[in-house]
Amino acid sequence: MKADIRVALVGNPNTGKSTLFNILTGLNQKIGNFPGVTVDKKTGFCQLPDGRTAEIIDLPGTYSVYPKSKDESIVFSVLADKAKGMVPDLIVVILDASNLKRNLLLYTQIADLKIPVVVALNMIDVSEKAGITIDVNLFAQKLGVPVVPISARKIKGIDELKSAITYANKVALQQDTIDVDAIAPQLIAQIREEYKVDNPYFALQLAHQHETLDFLSTQESDRIEELEKEHAFHSQKAQATETIARYNFINDLLYDTVKKPETAHDETVSNKIDKILTHKVFGFAIFFAILLFIFQAIFSWSAYPMELIGDLFAWLQAALSKALPAGPLVSLLVDGILAGLSGVLVFVPQIAILFALLSILEDTGYMSRVTFMMDKVMRKVGLNGKSVVPLIGGFACAVPSIMSTRTIENWKDRMITIMVTPLVACSARLPVYTLLIALVVPNKNVWWVFNLQGLALTAMYLLSIVSAVLVAFVMKFILKARERGYFIMELPVYRMPRWKNVAFTMYDRSKTFVLQAGKVIVAVSIILWVLKSYGPGDKFAQIDKTFSQPQYAKTMTPDSLTKVIASEKLENSYAGVFGHVIEPVIKPLGFDWKIGIALISSFAAREVFVGTMATIYSVEGDADKLQSVQEKMHEAKNPDTGQPVFTLAVAFSLMMFYAFAMQCASTVAVVYRETKNWRWPAAQFAYMTVLAYTASFIVYHLLK
Amino acid sequence: MTLSQLEVGETGIVKEFTDLEMSVKLMEMGCLPGEEVRISRVAPLGDPIAIHVSGYQLSLRKFEASTIVLQ
Repeated sequence: MKADIRVALVGNPNTGKSTLFNILTGLNQKIGNFPGVTVDKKTGFCQLPDGRTAEIIDLPGTYSVYPKSKDESIVFSVLADKAKGMVPDLIVVILDASNLKRNLLLYTQIADLKIPVVVALNMIDVSEKAGITIDVNLFAQKLGVPVVPISARKIKGIDELKSAITYANKVALQQDTIDVDAIAPQLIAQIREEYKVDNPYFALQLAHQHETLDFLSTQESDRIEELEKEHAFHSQKAQATETIARYNFINDLLYDTVKKPETAHDETVSNKIDKILTHKVFGFAIFFAILLFIFQAIFSWSAYPMELIGDLFAWLQAALSKALPAGPLVSLLVDGILAGLSGVLVFVPQIAILFALLSILEDTGYMSRVTFMMDKVMRKVGLNGKSVVPLIGGFACAVPSIMSTRTIENWKDRMITIMVTPLVACSARLPVYTLLIALVVPNKNVWWVFNLQGLALTAMYLLSIVSAVLVAFVMKFILKARERGYFIMELPVYRMPRWKNVAFTMYDRSKTFVLQAGKVIVAVSIILWVLKSYGPGDKFAQIDKTFSQPQYAKTMTPDSLTKVIASEKLENSYAGVFGHVIEPVIKPLGFDWKIGIALISSFAAREVFVGTMATIYSVEGDADKLQSVQEKMHEAKNPDTGQPVFTLAVAFSLMMFYAFAMQCASTVAVVYRETKNWRWPAAQFAYMTVLAYTASFIVYHLLK
Repeated sequence: MTLSQLEVGETGIVKEFTDLEMSVKLMEMGCLPGEEVRISRVAPLGDPIAIHVSGYQLSLRKFEASTIVLQ
C-alpha cells in the first residue's frame, strides 16, 4: 500500500499508545524490524477523512529522547536519520491526561525538533473522573499545536484526532519551549555550521548521542567529540540543566491550564490493590498461586484441543496412506512431513494459553509489581527485577523472551538474563517430557492427591528454574559490569486487561510460532526422511537382493519379512550410519544410535524429537496400524538383549539432555541478533551442551 | 536527610541530588528539586521502595533513594 503521509506515534510507556495504534490501523498492521536493529517496528495504515492514506509507525514508549535502553534508542534515530527514509511528516505525541507533568517532558523535546506535531490527550475520561480540569483550548494555544482529547480505551475522540492529522500543518508551528541555545551556545553554533543543521536542538542531540547514532561516520563522530572537549561540554550536566529548564516551562504551562483537586493523594483503588498484591506475606503467596494457576491452565485447558488436533492428524495420516498409492513420496508426506507437523501443531493450544495469560499479567500492570517484589532476590543472583519477565516468558518460548530483555538497561544484567533464559523449561520441551514421562512413570496417585506423572513434570520445571538461577549466580562473577545498574521504574496504575489486545497477542504469537517452528520442522522432516530412505553405496540394493532369496520367503511371513528389510535398511541408511558414528559418544548416557538421530535432529528444534521418533519407529510398526509414538517407543526392544529401550534411566537421562542442551536454532539466531557477536551464542551453546552431557551421564548412572 | 530515611507514608520535598548520573534519570521521571515525594510502600523484602511523585508511582532501590536529599 502506498501512503500519502507518514505519521509516528510517540509517548511515554503506559499511555495507551499501542491501544491508539490498534484503533487507528485496525488489523491492517504488520510487525517488522527497524533497519539494522531488531527492535520491533509496528506499522499500519489508516484511512483519513479526506481519502488519503496515512502510514502509522508505532515507536517504542520512552520517557525522553535520551535513550536508556536499546528500545528507546530507536525513537531519536527514526526521527533524525534522513537516510533511513523513515522521518515522519507528522508526529502524534500521546500524553496521559491524568499524569501530564511527566508526560510533557517528552513532548517539549519532540516539539523542539521542529517536526509538525499533533497532541493526543489520552485517558481524558480517567483524568476527568479524578477531578482534573484541563483548559484544552488554552493548552493548545500555549503550545501552538492542535490538541485532541481522546480516550483510546473507550474509542472516543478518534474521528477528531484523524481530522487533526488530516488538516495538520506541513510546517512545524509549535512554540519554542525552552531556550535550547543557552544550554551550550558555542558548541551548538559550531555543530550547526559544520553539519549544516538548522535546528539547534537537533545539533544538541548530535552532541549528546553521536556515539550511538549510526548515520554518523567515525570521522564525524570523532569531530563532534573534539568539539565537545573544546567547549568543555559535559553531557550529563547539560541534560540536567535542560531537564530542569523543561520542567520550569511545564510547571508554568500547567499552572495556567490545569486545575487539580486539593486532595491529591487519597486512597486510590490501585493503592488498595497494591496493599494486597505487594504485601509482605500475601504478595509472594499470590504470585506463586498465579504461577501455579498458569501451569494448571496450560495443562488442563489445553488437554481437549490437543487431543482433537492429535486425532485429526492421525485420521489424516491414515486416510492419506489408504487413499494414495504406496511409494516414496506418500511416505515422505505421511511419515515425514505430517508426523512432524502434528508434533508442532499439537501444542499450539498450550502456547496460546500461556501467551494469553502472560499478556493479561503484563496488561493489568501486575508484571511490574512482580519485578518490584523480586528485584532484591534477583539482584543476589546477578539478575535484575526486570529479568523476571523474560524468565517467566521462558516457560513459553525463549525467543520472544530474549527479545523482551531489551527493557533491561544494564548491560551485564541483560547479558546474564539472555544467557540463562534458554534453560527455563520452554513449551517445546513439554511434548518431550510428557512423552517420556508417560512412557516410564506410572500414572498413579501418591498421598491421594499427587499424580506421579504430574510430580515428575513439576520436578522438571523446578529443575529448570533452579539451574537458571545457579548459572546466573556463576556468571555474576565471570562477567564484568560495564556501567552502574539502576532500577528506576514506573509502577503503572492497575487496569483491566484490554481483551482485544490479549486476543491479538495470543493470535500473533501462536502464528509466529507455527510459522517459525513449522518451517524448521518441515525442513528437518524432509532431510531426515531422505537420510533415512537412502544409504551410501549399493547397500540398499544388496539388502533387497539378500532378502529376495527364496529361503527367506519360505521361513518368514511376508509381513515380518518387510519389517526385517525395513529395519536393515534404516540401519544402513545415511541416518543409520550417522547414528552409529555418534553412538560411542552418547552410549555413556544410555542412548542408542536411533536416539542419537533424534538427538541430532533436535538441535534444530526440540519439538522435532516427537516427530523424529515417530519417523524412525514408524518403520518397525505394522504398516496398516498407525500406532501412537508412545506405543511404538514402548514396544521398542534392544535387538541384542531383547530388553525395552526406554527404561527409567534412559528416559530420565534423555529428559536431562533436553532440559539443558541448547537445541533450538531460533534461539541461537535470536541471541546472535540481540548481542551482535557470535561469541555469546557460541559460549551459550558450549556451556549448555556440557551441562546437558554431565547431567544425563549422572542421572543415567544413578538410575541404571 | 535523604529519601531513603523516610518511613512509609511520610512526605518530603526534594532539595538536591548527590549523584549526577542518577539525578538525570530521576529528573526525567519527574522527581526533581521542589517536588513533593511520599513513600507509598516498601517491597516485601525491604528493597526497592515505591514513592508517589508528580502524580504517579515510581519504584526505585534504597540506594538510589539515598542519593535524593530532602529539604
